[in-house]
Amino acid sequence: MKFQQIDEYAARLRPETKASVHSGSKAGHEKRTKVLFDHFIDPDRLRRIAGDIKQHVVENLDTYLPAVEAKLRANGVHVHWAATAEAANEAVYSILQARGARRMVKAKTMVSEETELGRFLEKRGVECVETDLGEFIVQIDGDHPSHIVKPIIHKNRREIATSFERHGLGAYNDDPETITRRARVHLRHKYLEADVGLTGANFVVAESGRIVLVTNEGNSRFCLAATKCHIAMVGIEKILPRDRDLGLLLNLLARSGTGQQLTVYTEFISGPRGPAQPDGPEEMHVVFVDNGRTDVLASECRDILRCIRCGACLNVCPVYRQASGHAYRSVYPGPVGAVLSPLLAGERFPAMADLPKASSLCGACNEVCPVNIPIPDLLLRLREKGKREGSDAAAAGTPAMGGWAVMASQPFAWKAALAGGRIMNVLPTKYVPVAALQAWQSRRTLPTWRGGTFRTWLHDRRKQQSQAGSAAPRN
Amino acid sequence: MSNDREAILGRVRQALAPLPTRAAAPDWERELVLMRHARGAVDAPALFAERLRLVNGTPIASVEELVALFVSSGWRRGYCDPALAARLRPAFPAEIVFETEFDRTRVDDYQFGITAAVGAIAETGTVILNDAATSRRLAALAPWVHVAVVPRRSIHVDLPEAVAALGGDPNIIWCTGPSKTADVEGILIEGVHGPGVQIALLVD
Ligand code: SF4
Repeated sequence: MKFQQIDEYAARLRPETKASVHSGSKAGHEKRTKVLFDHFIDPDRLRRIAGDIKQHVVENLDTYLPAVEAKLRANGVHVHWAATAEAANEAVYSILQARGARRMVKAKTMVSEETELGRFLEKRGVECVETDLGEFIVQIDGDHPSHIVKPIIHKNRREIATSFERHGLGAYNDDPETITRRARVHLRHKYLEADVGLTGANFVVAESGRIVLVTNEGNSRFCLAATKCHIAMVGIEKILPRDRDLGLLLNLLARSGTGQQLTVYTEFISGPRGPAQPDGPEEMHVVFVDNGRTDVLASECRDILRCIRCGACLNVCPVYRQASGHAYRSVYPGPVGAVLSPLLAGERFPAMADLPKASSLCGACNEVCPVNIPIPDLLLRLREKGKREGSDAAAAGTPAMGGWAVMASQPFAWKAALAGGRIMNVLPTKYVPVAALQAWQSRRTLPTWRGGTFRTWLHDRRKQQSQAGSAAPRN
Repeated sequence: MSNDREAILGRVRQALAPLPTRAAAPDWERELVLMRHARGAVDAPALFAERLRLVNGTPIASVEELVALFVSSGWRRGYCDPALAARLRPAFPAEIVFETEFDRTRVDDYQFGITAAVGAIAETGTVILNDAATSRRLAALAPWVHVAVVPRRSIHVDLPEAVAALGGDPNIIWCTGPSKTADVEGILIEGVHGPGVQIALLVD
């Protein structure tokens, strides 16, 4: 039988990678839980209210988008709209061209990963340097991030040291401090030479037109201190209604993502630099990107648009921990990716429809989500959609259930099967002609078959009770 | 691209049209995000210093203490906001050089940057910079040591209070301890792109 693609990927994963991903995500989850419960009396209430705020935004984007646009314009910001990935890349490129810009520094943005902006610009002769340490390493390796918050969770220091050596950043040295210092020296000159700084946005506030960016390294700050032009690529769902909502969402984001109370840098940008300030952009652009989001909005899975990209659901997910991010074959891995990636894939949905099945539906992702997204429900809806659309990818690793349905709905057939099941205890599995069972058994052992014991017990109990007559206590 | 605007907004309206009702914006009280230890009366400067230490930042209560730290650490040359230099310079020994211009072609020559903060947040140990108060974004970021000069009365207790005070400056940044990363094997390293040492000098 065919395994699901994600299982096949996990089976091929090198043991070091598996160990890095497992320990990194587990540690992230433990820190998150500790800090939330140490700090707040009722962290679940925070999550629920934050979720309600974001759901309100999602369901009112038709009024919020024009409102935030007007506010940004009033703040002196140029606003652009991009329906597709190509349109988003073109929008950025035309801003660069208008300025004659050849060099760009880039802070981490997941939207630009979606649109593959870096590759697009390099082809057109623009140098585009990733400045987040992890993203920089991903870039020099020609790799892809495997986690939303910790892009190189899948790499160890020896691999990184080798990449640095190959990239001319000094002789092999795998000390994390040395690696970081070398990146510091290399990248600060890139910022200072660059014409444009590109960032994403964690939040955009409708009321004030503030863009909020959070980082720990200070790379987005450096982009905005050294360059003269700031471009922010923003997914259309990133809006918050009021400034005051930041007081709640910022309290949740860092705690959920990295177990910090607050990230080191939280920047609130509402326009080009102030009149007395010599450093920073004199021109600011916001590119609102759809790239499939309106399809998600039209679907019954629109709740996923609440996501604030904290990565908590990845860290807690038993499937992610075993399979790593690349197994999800898309920009967004883990539980959030299992919902979002097939939806964002548009017409390629059937090819990605196996992802919603990469879950035991344990519900841990929902429990940790700072905006309380019911991910397991959404996964079920997508499983159904995959089935409806006859996706081969979704059918892989799934036994045909037709025979089972007949058996389970005919009492006689069911009883016969239970009695016959005892043969399982003596028959070697390789002779059982059920592919799914063989696949399952190849790495696990079955418990002893005790089929029918519950029914016998229930039957006997009823008999005893009726013998005891009406004197028997009832509950 | 104006076509893209109409296309996107049209699709948004279409997607939302079938919804029978729209979720309302919930209100929430500051009480919701009050941290356990911040309940009751709070001594903001003391809490700020405690929380800043927790994120490996350095709170400093007097100019003399700052001078002593500079001398013992061997920090010799850096930038100082001209307005602050007039006040601080006399307390420093002559061999420590204050430049009041920041030359971006020599970023690595500045061991420290001393700039004014517009406020702070006690419960997180955060200093707040903005474009109006902080003379140079680069000087507060590129040198290894950043000294933010924080007036004691400008310290907010918590995030909601600090958010309410954001105001109209086009660029506000909350800095909570030294710049850091854990990208390499989850090991914490400080001083990635920004300062490796974050000092808050509290003044009256
Ligand atoms: S779905 Fe929730 S937990 Fe997962 S990344 Fe998004 S906000 Fe975080």
